[in-house]
Amino acid sequence: MTYTFHFADVFAYGDLLLRGAWLTIQLSAVSTVLGLIVGILGALGRNSQHAPLRWLAGLYVELIRNTPFIVQLFFLYFGLAQIGVKMTANQAALLAMVINLGAYATEIVRAGIDAIARGQWEAGLSLAMTRWQVFRHVVLLPALQKIYPALTSQFIIVMLGSSVVSQISAEELTFAGNFIQSRNFRSFEVYFVITAIYLLLSLGFRQVFRLIGARVFRRA
Amino acid sequence: MHAFSRRTILAAAAAALTLSFQATAARAEALDDIVKAGVIRIAVPQDFPPFGSVGTDLKPQGYDIDMAQLIADRLKVKLELVPVTSANRLPYLQTRKVDLVISSLGKNAEREKAIDFTSAYAPFFSGVFGPAKSAVKAAADLKGKTIGVTRGALEDLELTKIAPEGTDIKRFEDNNTTMTAFLSGQTELIATGNVVAAAIIARNPPNKPETKFIIKESPCYIGLNKNEPKLKAKVNEIIAAARADGALNRISLKWLGQPLTTDLPS
Repeated sequence: MTYTFHFADVFAYGDLLLRGAWLTIQLSAVSTVLGLIVGILGALGRNSQHAPLRWLAGLYVELIRNTPFIVQLFFLYFGLAQIGVKMTANQAALLAMVINLGAYATEIVRAGIDAIARGQWEAGLSLAMTRWQVFRHVVLLPALQKIYPALTSQFIIVMLGSSVVSQISAEELTFAGNFIQSRNFRSFEVYFVITAIYLLLSLGFRQVFRLIGARVFRRA
Repeated sequence: MHAFSRRTILAAAAAALTLSFQATAARAEALDDIVKAGVIRIAVPQDFPPFGSVGTDLKPQGYDIDMAQLIADRLKVKLELVPVTSANRLPYLQTRKVDLVISSLGKNAEREKAIDFTSAYAPFFSGVFGPAKSAVKAAADLKGKTIGVTRGALEDLELTKIAPEGTDIKRFEDNNTTMTAFLSGQTELIATGNVVAAAIIARNPPNKPETKFIIKESPCYIGLNKNEPKLKAKVNEIIAAARADGALNRISLKWLGQPLTTDLPS
């Protein structure tokens, strides 16, 4: 092999890489928090006593989990803009990630709630707690603890999936990589560096989730 | 100094042969042959809309085809279209299988060594396009505007250089996405080729893109063989007349969706 590596050509764009990685972190962190909230609400909806709520939550989950992320993204950014609902690329990216993660989180959280023995619910209700109180104080934490590893994986998947939002000109890490590649044509070096950064981000996020988990589930 | 090697002598002989061949070929003016035969053979593209493509009726259509027809009409001869690709359009001309090449041909020093060119007949350029209401006239006006461009394309590289600080350049994966961003209103302006702009105009959007300013241009010329002064003069005369009487402008409006730029070099 006679190829000479030129990593310096990539690091010449260091600030672009940093800005890209930072946007990826921001998008992922915010969509993780919001997506989890949507997921819990969605799981409540799917377990609701009211049929329309169950039906609505089911529709949301099926719609989002059975369509490609990039199509959802294009719909939000290009489709809605056509009928006058304009978002910036970053807003559309964040919204698409929250909606997407929310649907998957709904199913994961629901699995956790279903895994809580009926006796727990009955015990709570017999103490004159409302269904909401039982959910909030008895069921939620153990349910989340049971599915926390699965949830963590889904967060990481969404973080990695955020690479797709470069398609609507959101200038995150993959955009930075593609941009640098279009200027110096050093595909190997560029994508090698980008891959390494994503790997570091994944490991970092995993570590953060582990610490959060250890803290939150201490009592449970 | 060495005596002439065999190779040098052979090369000299070959050169002499070529020269004499060219001389014989040039003796009969192509224009006279065309008029005598009553037919002009013109090389046109068929894979490069809107300059040349195959229509739904399987007939060639496009800017170049209309241009060829215009020249044949004004020479009062029949038109024989010869479909070519961009790779073989010059060989077709040099081997005299065609009399003219009207095939979105740009001029450069390399080609000028091989063939001759008439005056320009069509604009071909990269530029910034936007709706009529946009007041952008030069790169400096881009400050604070969002402009879509295909990442890595010529327009991206140029725009990155000339756009002032504060221009929001949105880079997309391919021409289609860049077009979609403009059509859906996500970008106010679009930097692209006039051919791509023509494709947008053809979709008849509410925000018709108009040329705001030109980034780089390389207009199209008609190619003909060297040493054909009569044919060249006649074609130049036809182009000038077609520009003056508006025939060329009609072709431009029809295929590029925009009136002819006034500064086509002759």
